[in-house]
Amino acid sequence: MAQQTDPVRSSAGEPGTAIQQDLQPAKTSSRPVRKRIPWGRIIFYLAIGFFVLNLIGMVGSVILDSFGHQWFTSVFPASYSTEWYTYLSGDQDIGQLIFNTLFVAIATTLLSLLLGFPASYVLARRQFRFKGALTALYMVPMLLPTLAYGIPLATLLAQIDLGTLLGSSLANVIVINVVPILPFVILILTPFIEQVDVTLESASRMLGANRFQTFWRIVLPLVIPGILTAGVLAIVRTIAMFELTFLVADASSSTLVVALFGEAFGAGIRPNQAIDALAVIYTATTMILMIIALTFVKPTQFVVRLRGR
Amino acid sequence: MAALPSTSARRPRIAWSALLLSLPALLVVLVLFIYPFIFGFNLSLQDVDGSGPTLVNYSSFFSDPAQIDTIRITFTVALPVTIFTLAICTPLAYFMRQGVKFERLITILLILPMTLGTVMVAQAMERYFGPVGWFNQLLLWLHLLSSPINMLHNWLGVEIGLFILGFPFVFLLLVGYMSSINPDMEKASRMLGANIWQTFWRVVFPLSLPGIMVAFCLNFVANFGVFATDQLVGDPAGATHVLSVAAYDAFSNNNWPQATAISLIMGVLELLVVVLILWLRGWIVRGSVIGGVKGA
Amino acid sequence: MEAIQKLQMKGVTRRFGAATALDHFDLEIAGGSFVSLLGPSGCGKTTALNCLAGLLELSEGEIILNGRAIQHLPAEKRGFGMVFQNYALFPHLTAFRNVVYGLELRRVNREERARRVKKALEIVHLEAFEKRYPAQLSGGQQQRLALARTIVLEPGLLLLDEPLSNLDANLRNEMRIEIKRIHDELGLTTLYVTHDQSEALSLSDLVVVMRLGHIEQLGTPQEIYTRPRSLYVANFMGYANQLPVTVVENSNQECVVRTAAGDELRGVSTVEGSRAWQPGQQVLASFRPDETRSDFKDSGNRLRGKVRLVEYLGKAYEALVDLGKGGQQLLVHSPVALDSGAEIEFGIARARLLLFPPENATPASSAAMAPRAEESAIEGRR
Repeated sequence: MAQQTDPVRSSAGEPGTAIQQDLQPAKTSSRPVRKRIPWGRIIFYLAIGFFVLNLIGMVGSVILDSFGHQWFTSVFPASYSTEWYTYLSGDQDIGQLIFNTLFVAIATTLLSLLLGFPASYVLARRQFRFKGALTALYMVPMLLPTLAYGIPLATLLAQIDLGTLLGSSLANVIVINVVPILPFVILILTPFIEQVDVTLESASRMLGANRFQTFWRIVLPLVIPGILTAGVLAIVRTIAMFELTFLVADASSSTLVVALFGEAFGAGIRPNQAIDALAVIYTATTMILMIIALTFVKPTQFVVRLRGR
Repeated sequence: MAALPSTSARRPRIAWSALLLSLPALLVVLVLFIYPFIFGFNLSLQDVDGSGPTLVNYSSFFSDPAQIDTIRITFTVALPVTIFTLAICTPLAYFMRQGVKFERLITILLILPMTLGTVMVAQAMERYFGPVGWFNQLLLWLHLLSSPINMLHNWLGVEIGLFILGFPFVFLLLVGYMSSINPDMEKASRMLGANIWQTFWRVVFPLSLPGIMVAFCLNFVANFGVFATDQLVGDPAGATHVLSVAAYDAFSNNNWPQATAISLIMGVLELLVVVLILWLRGWIVRGSVIGGVKGA
Repeated sequence: MEAIQKLQMKGVTRRFGAATALDHFDLEIAGGSFVSLLGPSGCGKTTALNCLAGLLELSEGEIILNGRAIQHLPAEKRGFGMVFQNYALFPHLTAFRNVVYGLELRRVNREERARRVKKALEIVHLEAFEKRYPAQLSGGQQQRLALARTIVLEPGLLLLDEPLSNLDANLRNEMRIEIKRIHDELGLTTLYVTHDQSEALSLSDLVVVMRLGHIEQLGTPQEIYTRPRSLYVANFMGYANQLPVTVVENSNQECVVRTAAGDELRGVSTVEGSRAWQPGQQVLASFRPDETRSDFKDSGNRLRGKVRLVEYLGKAYEALVDLGKGGQQLLVHSPVALDSGAEIEFGIARARLLLFPPENATPASSAAMAPRAEESAIEGRR
């Protein structure tokens, strides 16, 4: 500030600053430049923060409640215990539920991958007249309410009694879940296959490989990341699938999420904490699988994009 | 590859291998999706005791004011929350597009509701938004309220539940769409003198409108088919008696013809909305945005 | 793979829907020769290559190898080697495994495989990079690896699809010499597709200039360069100057023409039917900017004009010169710097002033064939 009000002295002493003085317009007062408040950022973080905090609160209160002993109106439970889990295990066969949940998720995913991979390959590589219609057809289950196609299918499955036919009522659950998971898998796989350079297949042919060899040695190794991504995401998604399983499952083929619904719906009869215990078991299962998924897959992959037609 | 004669007339080439590869998936779609609809349609034309064909399922539905009201209710449940979600997510997605710290962390946190699913979210709402839950406790403690809000087992509960479930999906979807808009567009706008809001309204918003409509569509589909959320935190017997609940009621009463009839009505209604929105979107896209979006 | 004595493409035609990418293409390739297909994008050169490779089916025509028709043979059975524009190296395999790929398919035993791979890598000077993955190699190294992968199989025919276009200028020169060296060393019959005429000229025994699916001119590099037989080829080879002139006199040796400004010039024509040109006929006089001279010792043609723009090319200055009446502009080379606005005189030898009938001859991408159609056709494997 001394420099500005006393140009003579500084110009004599320091040539550098003298030049600076010449260039600066004469100012009598120095106004600090006002920093622009990043309103956008603030609002963004506030909004996201609000959402996330509430989410954590929601899940947190469930977890706490399941371990809580005498929690009525206070902020936290009076004390903690695992009594509700013991209670729950007397009420439900947790082991069976977990097994069913995982079995259905894995079986549905495997089946969908098996059926969906060739379909994806065709969509990724070939151009043909009905391609648009075919893609639309695959995607329709994702555009309809689950019950809209779930109820007719459930009725059909009940009538032909697929369960007894295939020896286990889990068959019903798997079959009905394939309907939305198959398009999901196709949607994820197709871009991955598209990314595999098509000239690699030409090069392989020129080196003497037939279609099958080319597929096995070149295409398959290069789409394995895609298959893993699709598979892992499908498993996570199937675990949370409720409505369809709800329609066809019987007591022995119920999954965690369906059992949870049943418990929650009968809230009057069952103690809250037991329901929450089941909810925690369900959440734990899902979280473990989600963490496994995140090691393979970017978070944004969880949001599958239906490219506009 | 079978040898084809070199001088072929204009014979339409059927891509046999393409057909063969698509066959498994196609079969699944046909058998497990198309056929049930046909089957369900036939079934819906029967009476409970198996006699038919009759329109009794449809006529009883449309002649019962309570049942018709179900349609209205479903729309009043699905539409507001969808509009609200889109309205909130669009500007937020725009901010995120400019790059945000902790992007990965935020994304992971946001996909939580989606991976947890409808039932868990509803159950968590029971605890957290209940009269003695933390949310009300906090608001009471802050003296923002004098008595707890009743946000469970009513319309508000369903709206909140659907919002929690839908927000992450729509948000991430929109971020994706917005990031495909060429950032040079905004730079050009700013150089021409527009501030952030003007740039958003005049440039980014119109360019992302097709994406917004797709997001609207997908979110609406999910909300229209609400079931678990409605049952657990709504008022399924009364104020939020939506179509899926009506269909399920019939189903659990073993009135399968009625159940399939309602499901078909639900499906048709929703497809109509989807087609309408997609047509609107196509109409908008045709008129503009060429070159504005990278590879849309 | 059997050595090629003679490879013929007869009437090879390839259509994509209503468009014809390759129209009755006739070419004979002698064993051991280096043939280039030269032309701008859309001229059909890549289509021709892919038809020969077997990656595209023919709509019409035949391909005859040593007397045997092979157009029905699928690509994997033809035993031709192909290097793709983007190299198409298998990213998940090491350099060694990329090269050994074809040998594994042919059930060659392990020791033999290792020996041949080693030899192939030596030929391309990549012995030290066996264990590297393609992503860890530079552009030039990737290119050489792609070459090694094909030559290890000792193919009868080597097909190269614009292999140098992804390399920067220095590397391009280096690799060009490599390709030539390998060709000479191994004596492989080679078909080379490019849009770069300097590559075609330096590498080939035979240059095939293509246009819209046809062969426009076929000949040795010298022929194509010094005696292009159409305006299209002349344009493509760098005869950037085109002056509309009127025929005054037409004799066996040379033709006398007059410019719009009234200058008389003497030139020759390579075009069929030029003998029949009558006085008064409008033709185009074409010549290379780099062949313009400032001395007129051989009483060559002399032109005068005013300099408009000057660019420094390194080995010469290139000036845009206004000829005055008629607004003609020509490009002229000068060893010394010129001032804008200066008057200059320049000449061109009689034998180097080529006369052509006027036609629409821009070699720039034609409306007919979009390369995209070719690519998606290969994907569709029709």
